Amino acid sequence: MQFHSPFEGAWADPETIHTILTGEWRLQRPVTREARCSHCGLCFLFCPNGCVRDRGRHFEADLDFCKGCGLCARVCPVAAVTMVEEEGA
Amino acid sequence: MTTATDLRVMDGNKAAAMGVLLCRPDLVASYPISPQTPLLEALYRASAEGRLDAETVEVEGENSALSAAIGAVAAGGRAFTATSSMGLMFMYDAYLFASGQRVPVVMTVATREQTAPHTVSSGQQDIMMVKEGGWIQIVAESCQEILDSILVAYRLAEDPTIQLPVNVAYDGYYLSHLSEAVRVPEQAAVDRFLAPVGQGKRPVLSAAAPLTFGAFITGDLYTEYRYKHCQAMQSALDLVDALDGEFLAAFGREYGGSVETYRAEDAEILMVGMGSHCGTLQVAVDALRAQGVSAGVARLRMFRPFPRARLAALMRGRKAVGVLDRSVCFGWGSGHLFVDVKAAAADLGGAIPMVNFIGGLAGTDLRREMLERAVRATAARARGDQGPEVVWLNLE
Repeated sequence: MQFHSPFEGAWADPETIHTILTGEWRLQRPVTREARCSHCGLCFLFCPNGCVRDRGRHFEADLDFCKGCGLCARVCPVAAVTMVEEEGA
Repeated sequence: MTTATDLRVMDGNKAAAMGVLLCRPDLVASYPISPQTPLLEALYRASAEGRLDAETVEVEGENSALSAAIGAVAAGGRAFTATSSMGLMFMYDAYLFASGQRVPVVMTVATREQTAPHTVSSGQQDIMMVKEGGWIQIVAESCQEILDSILVAYRLAEDPTIQLPVNVAYDGYYLSHLSEAVRVPEQAAVDRFLAPVGQGKRPVLSAAAPLTFGAFITGDLYTEYRYKHCQAMQSALDLVDALDGEFLAAFGREYGGSVETYRAEDAEILMVGMGSHCGTLQVAVDALRAQGVSAGVARLRMFRPFPRARLAALMRGRKAVGVLDRSVCFGWGSGHLFVDVKAAAADLGGAIPMVNFIGGLAGTDLRREMLERAVRATAARARGDQGPEVVWLNLE
């Protein structure tokens, strides 16, 4: 019998938590044009998944967790984010 | 060695309260419902008088009662709650959460029928409605056994290999409201009995070492937790039998672990039941033995996990088995216990004539006359007589 958790029930250590990569559910992904991004942070504030990361001079989604909802593209005031179909999705 | 005890007269609710006080819970959260209410009154009175050093939470319903208990146990405490009938149904989602999340809370159920038809009468339908909920279920026969089973329940629940919630069920009104002599053990003896379990033996929530509790789980890991839950349930069968010996050494009383028998060794027919009427069943068996009917009793003390192997061994070689039910299993047209006993009998290979007796619904007494009728009917099957598989004792 192969086990993956040291716990008897759905307890988890936050350091070794069993993580579900919700990015696997995505049908389209946000692509940010870095030069166009004004670093205003609206996409960061609106992302319902909390997966937009501050890269210093621009923001972009962490694709491990981004579900591809497209809200960041909708709220971007300078149209720096475009949604692109995932190939094979 | 038997320790000194205090002999008192009390009803089943009071005996349950006494058992809870002796286990020193950190939290009691419950909502009043008949026939459980006097238990709650006894605990809150103890709290008001300083005899219960526990957080008492006045909740707005049973769902919150069990949820509060779950939180306390997750934080490392010992918690108690109690309910009956509709209250048990109202906490159903929390009930499944407690077991699936492996939260060792202890809850008594003073059993009662389910509405509709509306009634506030005794019956075992409520605990049968949750029998697949992943809790351990103990069913007591006497007020003494209610008190004693609560001590055993905490030992089972909080055992590191079990970590499961436990119901201690007792027949509403017949046990909850009728008084008997009950020996109340000494606090020090109970403390020693419970010493192997308690804080530090299982994962707990704390700010110092944070853990996620109730994580979202999919696929293989979900399957792993279900497997572990099943294994823990089955291992409770061995543990409850082992604890019976330990209980005898500590308090001088024993209950046979998961199954208690009466005059069963040489019996040609075996009557199987669960709950307070098993006392009357013993009287019926005595009366019929005097008339030459070789009958014995197997009382299931643990219904979940089901003591399949022990019951099958007890049924081996019998000429007929009669099963008493105080609940009905819709879809099988019989009682719930009957379905499980038949499944256990299948392990023996050969077919044993089996007959089911439904009675004692909605607070009707399972009188000695009715139980003698059940034993006689089972003896008739042993002789090869034909008859219905399910007999409704009240309607004959």
